[in-house]
Amino acid sequence: MGVMPTALERTLIVMPAFNEEESVAAVVREVFATVPGASCLVVDDGSVDQTYREAESAGATVLRLPINLGVGGAMRAGFKYALEKGFANVVQVDSDGQHDPAGIAELVERLGDHDLVLGARFAGVGQYTVHGPRRWAMVVLSSILSRLTKTKLTDTTSGFRASGPRAVALFAQHYPSEYLGDTVESLVIAARAKLTVTQVAVAMRPRAGGTPSHNPYKAAVYLARAGMALFVALIRPPIALREPVVSL
Amino acid sequence: MNTVTYVFGIIAALIALAVVIESLRRHHLRERHAVWWLLAGLAALVVSVFPDTLGWAAALVGVTVPTNLVFFLSIAVLVLVSIQHSGELTELEAETRTLAETVALQDLRIKELEKAVADALQPRRNP
Repeated sequence: MGVMPTALERTLIVMPAFNEEESVAAVVREVFATVPGASCLVVDDGSVDQTYREAESAGATVLRLPINLGVGGAMRAGFKYALEKGFANVVQVDSDGQHDPAGIAELVERLGDHDLVLGARFAGVGQYTVHGPRRWAMVVLSSILSRLTKTKLTDTTSGFRASGPRAVALFAQHYPSEYLGDTVESLVIAARAKLTVTQVAVAMRPRAGGTPSHNPYKAAVYLARAGMALFVALIRPPIALREPVVSL
Repeated sequence: MNTVTYVFGIIAALIALAVVIESLRRHHLRERHAVWWLLAGLAALVVSVFPDTLGWAAALVGVTVPTNLVFFLSIAVLVLVSIQHSGELTELEAETRTLAETVALQDLRIKELEKAVADALQPRRNP
């Protein structure tokens, strides 16, 4: 037996990618440079461009979905892969370069005493801001989900998150695929399965391809969809966690 | 309208809503399919509880007989939902085709790999 692997070595970094040929290779390289010894899985979510080749050339393992399943579907495939290959933790990172890989180490460190760690964009680090109805939607979601998870959350729609062994086992079976379900409903599922949740402030870079939309119509639709996602999550019966066998 | 019809309307709307919500709860219905039924159920509930809203809405759009507005809206919802279902069905068929193709291609690759492995092992036993 060799040295016991560190938490980061037992962590799989999962990057769902849909037509991200321009950014995915750079993000993968940055992840490898920032997190030495990391394992990186790009889930190519039915892309029609060269995402697959780009990711592979950068050294990532690529899981190529034959059809587009959405971020939630791609992540569930990632969780299943992690479970099968014996990874303890999963960190989700966007393939568009929005998430700074420098935050990965801290997210994983906090997995020591929590099951799910969110990288929060509005907690003081970085200069990512959102205004108007979209912002209100995020505030309302945060306050309800904070109560449910019994911890203060400020950015519940963040896709930058780390899942510990219990969360990986739960999400490999029950990760929602509906729009906003992957972020909002997954938190409700985690809280109801009695997983512990916390957040860490992370710097978030503005997306390479433009700024978040401030169109009031789109913001209202976003608000309605977020409300729907939360409503559905709350009326559904809780899912109990079957205790996983943690292999080190 | 007497009390019996009033209560009957409310109960019918509540049953429709309950069926939709229970289906959502049990994952029998996805959110994006449920949303139209939810809206229709809520509208039916509002109209059955406050029948005056129907007369008001009919007058607003110039429909003389309020019931005709109900028929019009019901048919409109049904038509739109059917179109949505046809669209989803088309998408599902396309996805099934893609999956079948992927499976067939993988099957071929596995057979070729098996053959290559068998050929690589063969010469030692059978020169």
